[in-house]
Amino acid sequence: MAAAARGGRALLVLAAVPAVLTALAPIAYLAARALGSSAAGGFTDLGPAVLRTAALALLVAAGSALIGVPFAILAVRSALPLRGLAFILGALPLVIPSYVGALALLGALGPRGLLARALEPLGVYQLPVIDGLLGSTLVLVLFTYPYVLLLTAAALRRVDPSLERAARGMGRGPVDTFRRVTLPQIRSAVVAGALLAALYAMSDFGVVSLLRCTTLTREAYLRYASLYDPAGAAAVGLVLAALALLIVGAEQWSLRGDTGAARRRVRAAEDVAPLPLGRARIPAIAFVAVVVLLSLVLPLAILAWWAVSLVADASLSEQLRDALPAVLNAIGVSAAAAVVCVALALPVAALVTRVPGRLPRLIESVSYVGYALPGIVIGLGLVFLSIRSAPFLYQTAAIIVIAYAVRMLPQAISGARSGWERVDPRFEQAARGMGRGPIDVLARVALPLAAPGILTGAALVFLTAIKELPATLLLRPNGFETPATLIWQNTAVAQYAAAAVPALILIAVSAAPVYALLVRPEARSRRALG
Amino acid sequence: MRRTAPALLALLFLAAAALTAACGGSDGGGEPLVVYSGREQELVEPLYAKFTADTGIELDVRWGDSAALSATILEEGDASPADVFYAQDAGSIGVLDGLLAELPADDRALIPAQYQDSGGRWVGVTGRARVMAYNTERVEAAQLPGSVLELAQADWPLGPIGVAPTNASFVGFVGALRQVLGDEATQAWLDGIATHARTYEKNSQIVDAVAAGEVDTGLVNHYYLYEKLASDPAAPIANHYFVGADVGSFVNVAAVGVLAGSERQADAETFVTWLLTEGQVFFAAEAEEREYPLNATQPGLEAAADLPPLADLSGPEIDLAALAAGLEGTVQMIRDAGLVT
Repeated sequence: MAAAARGGRALLVLAAVPAVLTALAPIAYLAARALGSSAAGGFTDLGPAVLRTAALALLVAAGSALIGVPFAILAVRSALPLRGLAFILGALPLVIPSYVGALALLGALGPRGLLARALEPLGVYQLPVIDGLLGSTLVLVLFTYPYVLLLTAAALRRVDPSLERAARGMGRGPVDTFRRVTLPQIRSAVVAGALLAALYAMSDFGVVSLLRCTTLTREAYLRYASLYDPAGAAAVGLVLAALALLIVGAEQWSLRGDTGAARRRVRAAEDVAPLPLGRARIPAIAFVAVVVLLSLVLPLAILAWWAVSLVADASLSEQLRDALPAVLNAIGVSAAAAVVCVALALPVAALVTRVPGRLPRLIESVSYVGYALPGIVIGLGLVFLSIRSAPFLYQTAAIIVIAYAVRMLPQAISGARSGWERVDPRFEQAARGMGRGPIDVLARVALPLAAPGILTGAALVFLTAIKELPATLLLRPNGFETPATLIWQNTAVAQYAAAAVPALILIAVSAAPVYALLVRPEARSRRALG
Repeated sequence: MRRTAPALLALLFLAAAALTAACGGSDGGGEPLVVYSGREQELVEPLYAKFTADTGIELDVRWGDSAALSATILEEGDASPADVFYAQDAGSIGVLDGLLAELPADDRALIPAQYQDSGGRWVGVTGRARVMAYNTERVEAAQLPGSVLELAQADWPLGPIGVAPTNASFVGFVGALRQVLGDEATQAWLDGIATHARTYEKNSQIVDAVAAGEVDTGLVNHYYLYEKLASDPAAPIANHYFVGADVGSFVNVAAVGVLAGSERQADAETFVTWLLTEGQVFFAAEAEEREYPLNATQPGLEAAADLPPLADLSGPEIDLAALAAGLEGTVQMIRDAGLVT
């Protein structure tokens, strides 16, 4: 019996090996390229890009917290009118990829954008361009604050109302109670959200490229694609990976000891009175309105305007025809990535939930490496890997799928893990006791119970993959376009109308699942509580 | 109810995955010739279509900047999927030296010696001059400088200058500048222009920006003007040539070479020969693209009448084949000037 258990365990560990290899291979090849014999001085001249990256990450973290935290408090705990709707609208910018945000900014204020067109008859040609660090910060804050909003809102709903009641009972006012009792309990969620925004900013390639802010991601791309310096690109990639791991480490640290609270869904904040807004009512409404306007309404309106301008010159159908194969390409590789991720993730999740000990934890941690690796790092690593060791994969759709799998494996693992956790081992034992074989038990008892979690993970992989840009750009076969690459190319040459069509398609494709998977669960629990 | 949505998603996934797998399979027919094209899609796609129509050889084209594609081939080495590389300038193809096959003597005999590699690994297809494109509504022709060296002056009188610092054509021009001025003066020129340059990735972007008045002037190859005017005949834009002995309008070549590692040598050579013969017509007078055809042996091949004669652009003598050797240094100098942002 014990021997059989050991055998099963060894089998599970073995089944988890592909996930570990997938996660580690790109970074290994990157290191080999950066430190190999033909590489000389790749780590030089990194100062400005490192500083710019740090500044961007810091500014985006601070900016997203400055918007996300007050927004969450207003939408969850205040007497804001229509706060349920405000919450949903505040979270919805998640459906807009950040490079589409850059497209909207350039399409409005950039060269040959809407403002430039409007001013041209007045003889104004040369507008100052909002780009570089300022423009990138602006765009990234507007599209990452929802992370802070979601995490903070969830933490606010977990706050134990009895503590607040106690404070009120001791004569504290509502604002004072909030400040002294509630805020300390959501601090770690705010920090985690801000660090998530920082990691996003650090990994971002599309926004900083379109807005010309040479952070490490753009530096790596330039070195590889324009400056005849592949070893330097690999070196930049390594530095970037190290910085990103640092941020993820900080994120994990900020959430230490928080897991208990996260699990402990407190039943009722229902009898906590909403914070009265008083004289702050008008400014609060204005704040929420401006944020929603800038991050959701304006970008969509600008894209729609450009798309409609195609109707005027009768080329909309042409653009749609160009975009269709790209959409099919993206759906194909993203769906394949979801399948591959689930296949790799299942053994890891089973191992972690069923087998105690250090090895399973280690395997899980290693599989999570991709979470910290920016797409450009994975893309470069896989370019080097496939040229050297797997030429049959080079410039194929398959290598794009592998890149997505590395990056998005963690999403599949956490989905599969939450699914697996719903399977009580006693059900399986009971089925075994009734004489069912192990495979039969897996197929008829375990998998059906775990399926919702696994599928949620797969859906998240699909959603992240379909808008991926930098790895796709580096690895794609000749002539292989996705909506992301079309948007990137057209925006770069100020063809905003041509970029707006794939952008709107991308938003339409991801809107429903993002709403169902990320926004609605939170909005629902809000209703249940409020 | 809650189960159906995920189940549907799962079905969708599986269907799509099956579809991808099916599409990823072999196409059945012969493999097309893989061309890494450093020449822009808007310019040469019709040329490639004509080639396929003439010869029946299908092309699989990877579009990109010449520098990016040549760096890619260097990284790919012998295993490069490319059969042919058609570059925008002599330097970006020249660095591939050892990776290129020697071209047949018959092909090389068609083109004057100064427009090809002395070792016969690449050959120029067309010549193209560097020019300063300018917005005719915002700048008078008389205001434009006689020498490209004036662009670096601290008291540059016109607005920002559009420059594509990582584009192979600009890199090639800086390489020529180094041959004429030496490194120190070239670095000073780069540092000078960096103070009033506005950077772009591609020549066509600069031409668009000039036409829109976003910049008053820009450094590009001469033929982008005609592409712009074809799509927008009223665009207020013209080319300014730095005539005489100035290096500003030096003539570089768009050049082609065959990868030594290619398993399609015969088709690749057909492509090269076609570019140097039938393909030349595409660039000559009255044709879609107004470049300088370089085939000296083919009668009736004259450059468009509105281009200055090639002889007027002689400038200082530039060794095109030597541009490759200095390429890394040239790129580093452009980086040092802070032009790459």
